[in-house]
Formats: sequence, C-alpha cells, structure tokens
Amino acid sequence: MEAVNIFVKSIFIDNMIFAYFLGMCSYLAVSKTVKTAVGLGAAVIFVLGITVPINFLLENYVLKEGALEWLDPSLATTDLSFLSFILFIAVIASMVQLVEMIVEKFAPALYGALGIFLPLIAVNCSILGGSLFMQDRQYASIGDATVFGLGSGVGWFLAILAIAAIREKIRYSNVPAPLRGLGITFIITGLMGIGFMSFMGIEL
Amino acid sequence: MSTETAAAEKEVVKESVPKEPLFSAKNKRLLTDPLDDDNPITVQVLGICSALAITVQVQQAVVMSLSVLFVMLFGNMIIASLRNSIPSRIRIIVQLVVVAALVILVNEILKAFLPDISEKLSVFVGLIITNCIIMGRFEAFAMGNKVFPSALDGIGNAIGYAWILVAVAIVREVFGSGAISFPGVGQIKFIPASFFEMGYMNNNFMILPPMALITVGVIIWIQRSRNQKLIEEN
Amino acid sequence: MAINKNSNAFTFGFAIAMVVVVGATLSFAAMSLKPRQQANNIEKDMISILSSIGVEAERGNASEKFYSNITKRVTLNSDGEVVETRDGEVDPNDKKDPFNVDVKKDYRNTDLKPEDRRYPLYFAKQDGKEVVVVPMVGKGLWGPIWGYVALESDYNTIFGATFDHKTETPGLGAEIKEDFFENPFRGKKIYDDSGEFVSIKVKKGGADPDNKHAVDGITGGTITSNGVDEMLERTFGVYDNYFSTTKSNLSQIQ
Repeated sequence: MEAVNIFVKSIFIDNMIFAYFLGMCSYLAVSKTVKTAVGLGAAVIFVLGITVPINFLLENYVLKEGALEWLDPSLATTDLSFLSFILFIAVIASMVQLVEMIVEKFAPALYGALGIFLPLIAVNCSILGGSLFMQDRQYASIGDATVFGLGSGVGWFLAILAIAAIREKIRYSNVPAPLRGLGITFIITGLMGIGFMSFMGIEL
Repeated sequence: MSTETAAAEKEVVKESVPKEPLFSAKNKRLLTDPLDDDNPITVQVLGICSALAITVQVQQAVVMSLSVLFVMLFGNMIIASLRNSIPSRIRIIVQLVVVAALVILVNEILKAFLPDISEKLSVFVGLIITNCIIMGRFEAFAMGNKVFPSALDGIGNAIGYAWILVAVAIVREVFGSGAISFPGVGQIKFIPASFFEMGYMNNNFMILPPMALITVGVIIWIQRSRNQKLIEEN
Repeated sequence: MAINKNSNAFTFGFAIAMVVVVGATLSFAAMSLKPRQQANNIEKDMISILSSIGVEAERGNASEKFYSNITKRVTLNSDGEVVETRDGEVDPNDKKDPFNVDVKKDYRNTDLKPEDRRYPLYFAKQDGKEVVVVPMVGKGLWGPIWGYVALESDYNTIFGATFDHKTETPGLGAEIKEDFFENPFRGKKIYDDSGEFVSIKVKKGGADPDNKHAVDGITGGTITSNGVDEMLERTFGVYDNYFSTTKSNLSQIQ
C-alpha cells in the first residue's frame, strides 16, 4: 500500500515538473512536437527507474554514516555522504552510456526511438533530482525507491506529453508577439501546475 | 558516444594571442551580454531547473545565486587553465567532476556556515551540478578561451542568472508574504499596514510553485517587448 | 616535450591525477567542516527543545541556555525503564547519549523491533518549575512531522509544545509550527481525573475550550492535524509506563 501511495504521489503531487521544476531545460527544448516528447519522456522513465534504485543501494551500503558496517565493524562511523553528489552523477552518466549501448545492441527498434535522447538525459536535472530526493526522503526499501523513480518518470512523461500537445495547438492561436514561444510555455506550465495542485490531499 | 566523437573532431580552437587591454570592449561584452541579450534563463533557456523552486524567499535566491557564481567562476577558470591538457575523450567526465567537486564544496560550506538556508535549499544545491548553464559555458566558452575571459564569462552568466532569480523572488515574497526578510535585519514590510486594514490580503498563491513559472513567463514577456529582436517565430 | 594527449597512458594518468586531487580536496574540506556541521545540528535540536519549555534561543546562545535549563537527559526503553543517563556537555560521538538518539530515524526504520527502540527524555528547570520534555515524531500529509512537548512535574499537565515539519502544505498543514496551534496545548492534561491515559485530541472543527484533553485542529489541514493527534497518543503511550511508575513512587515517598 505504501508503494502505491508513493507511486501516485510522485506522479501527481510531487510531480518533477510542476512541483519542483526539475528537467525544465529539456522539457522546454524538446516539447515542440508530441512525437519527440514521447521519446524523451519514455527515456526519462527508463533511466529514472534504473538509476534511483542503484543510487539507493549506493547510498545505503556505501555512503551513509555507518553504511560500510557490513564490510568491517570498525567502519561503523565512516561517513562518506559528502561524496554522494559526485558518485550519483557518475552512476547516472555511466548508466546512461551502458543503457545506450545495450539498447543499441539488443533492441535496435527501441534505439531508433530513444537513442538520440539518451545522451541528453545525463544532464537532465530530473534524473539527478530523483536520486537526491531519494536520499533526502530516505525511503525505507529498495522497492519504495524503485517505485518512486518510476513514478517520477511517469509524472515527467505526462507533463511533457501534455505541454507538447498544447504547444502543437497553440501555433494556431494569436499569442502576443513578445510572449510567443518561451513566455507562453512558462505561463501554460504554471497553469497546468495549478491544475495539478488539485491532486493535493489525495492519500491512498 | 556520438557526442564524444563529434566533440573530439571539433577540438579546442586555439585563440590568437595579440595583447589586448584588460577590459577591452570584447571582454566587457562577456560581462554584459548575459544580462540581457544572451540571458542564460530567459534567452538561452538554461538552468531553469534549479532556478524556480528556490525563489520563494529573497535570501534563498541570493544564496543560491552566490553558490552558482562560485561554481561558475572557479569552474570556468579551472577548465580554462586545463583546456590544453584535458584529453578530449574524457572531456565531459572531467567537466562533470569539476562541477560536482565544486558543488560539494559549496554544499559543505553552506551546511557549516548557513545551516538554516542550506536546509531550505535542500537538494537544489546538488542540482547545480546538472544546471545546464555551467556545463554549457564550460563546453562553449572555457574550453576555447584563456583564463581571464573565462572568468568574466562565468561572472557575467552567473549574474544574468542571479538577477532573474532575485527578481522572481522579490515579486513572490512581496506579494506572498507582504515583507522581505533579511538575515540579521528581520522583516522589512513592503505592503503598508493601511492596505491590510482596507482588506488587502497576502496572496498565499505566490508562494506555491506554479506562480514561479508564471512570474518568469511575465518577466520574459516584459523583456521581449523591450528587446524586440528576441521574439520567437511561433 | 611531446606528449600525445590522446594516448591511453595520458588519459589514464590524467584521470587518476584528477581523482586523487579531487578526492583529497573534498575529504579535507569535509573533515575540517564536519565539527561545525555537527555543532549546527546539535544547536538546532537544542533550540527546538528549549522552545517547548518557552525559552527563546537562537544559534549562538542555544548551547549556553540549553546547559543552564536542561539538567539531565535519560533514555528509556520501550517498557519505560531508564537505560542511560547523562548530564553536562553533549558529545556528538557518544552514540548512547540520549541527545544522540535519532527518534526520526528510528521511527522511519520499520525493521527496528519495538523492544530495540529508545526514547529520550529531558529534565529541565524553567520558571522555578521542574519539567520534562518528550520528543516525538509522526507522519503528516507529505512527510514526517515532529515536535517536543514539555510536561510539568506531575507528568500530566502540558507546560508547552513545539512542532515542526519539512514538507506540509503552506498555509494549511504547515501551520502546526505556528503559535496559534502550539499555545492552546498549555495546561491541557494527558490523564483524566481517574488517572486513565487519554492523550490530547486534535479536534477537527474546533474543541470545546473547557475540554482538558483536546485542542483545535487546523482548518484545511486535517491529515496533518490527525498526524499530530496520532503522534501524541502513540508517543505518550510509550512514556505512560515511565510516568505511572515514577508517579506512584513519588506518592509512596510522600
């Protein structure tokens, strides 16, 4: 039940875009058409679903104070958490590379769809953000962490899909010239965020 | 993979070495361009990720801007001074390590000296690592320029980032809480008490996340109606 | 000197040198800043504890006020028996110091058996009264909520309370840290007249001001209010054993 709760919450309430603005750069840059938005969104779900649990293991068995106790009892007071940023980003960068190679080799069709987006993702804030939130909120188990990663990915996917659909339509509208492109996208995202706020208070 | 090989082909462009004055027109532009024409947030659309969430309070925005300034300045200088010795194959990783190391330093320093603000900024300090402005400037500028221009470029971009951040924060804090709190000074009221007596109320909505987006949208609107050449096609 | 910058040897050498330099710098920074960071965390907890007994403190004077107001700290086990006692300076490296019992971490750790949990309790002096401060943790709408509640020496009347949170909704659940929510706790009682444990209810829609065992909930912050309610009942439930035994000992002496 806790897992379902985390999943729903990470999609609708703690939405990466609407509540924390993570991954805005690619969200704004790649949301001009629905097709590319779907590709990037799927890649984000994929990578978040992989990196959050890996970083969870890293956090709990290497970095946290006392996390190295399984190696040797004398390490019980070692605190490596100051290294977490650098290790998380390294895991993310190398996982993205690895996933790219694996997908290219074994699923060329998928690679055709996702391939060009994967390198972009290493610097997508929502990926590192996922791992940092996982660390901050201290999920109890790897299951919860995975669900959180996937949920955040799905939330991001929904957000970029919706904005891409709106941007495709808005081309036919008469937007004031200085507001065209970036400005109106910001304002629409804000309005969508207000809409998403109505999910607040849901608890399963 | 593809990005790395492409970048390897590009190689670092060697700059010509005529002596130029410390603050030549070119160098000055490095500082002033990012403030308006080439603003990292409103024009290049970089680094928005961490920019919006922490604009609830002016002091948070200021601390965040200073952190970014620190990372940009030293990162640009380090990369520029190493630019001729970084092996091109591991270039991206080297840049990433430099940013990450600087951000860890900032985070540790904040935790030690400004614990309350550090707590409020929570994960967003860490997210400076993936702030596209920084990697973008390393790649686009510091890899091909000398230390001094790179430092100016870093400062310019950080200030371009900072003013938007602080502007958004001022709007949100004044209308959201009616006052801006400064460390040491306490709250300074901006909305006169007589307004409240007449029935004015603070708009709590301004503190919630969506209003950050709308405020930035409006800032872009204002900037572009002043600076027509920035207007986009569709 | 011609070094081939793209040779494997150079690349490896560069990578290794970078790792060593970065690693050394960061470890040095982390090591040298750690004492300050620990001190900051300690001060923060001290400020909250002091606030529950009505002492305003800020960073800088927190530890001084803490040591002059808090006389003793003890740790209870889940049966309400005292297992550790400390006074004087807090030692951040003494894991058994009641001050270092991380109730938040214990609360989150679902693998921890109830009998292994530890419950800190602070004895304090304020306004000439002896009070005890009970730390507590619970669950709000979005994340953890926590607080410190001070009881007078009858282990029944509430002397003061302070609550905090990290992620509750601004304007709604977040109001639990405001005075208008915290102040009404003063003077309420956790035991009824017959000595039965009843805790303090956080009532939605407002509590009868004559009710000794209830306070007003927060309008629109129902889940957070319920979280506070649950947290009070569960935590005092654990301390109940200790309070009852101590009280009966006291009455025997008298």
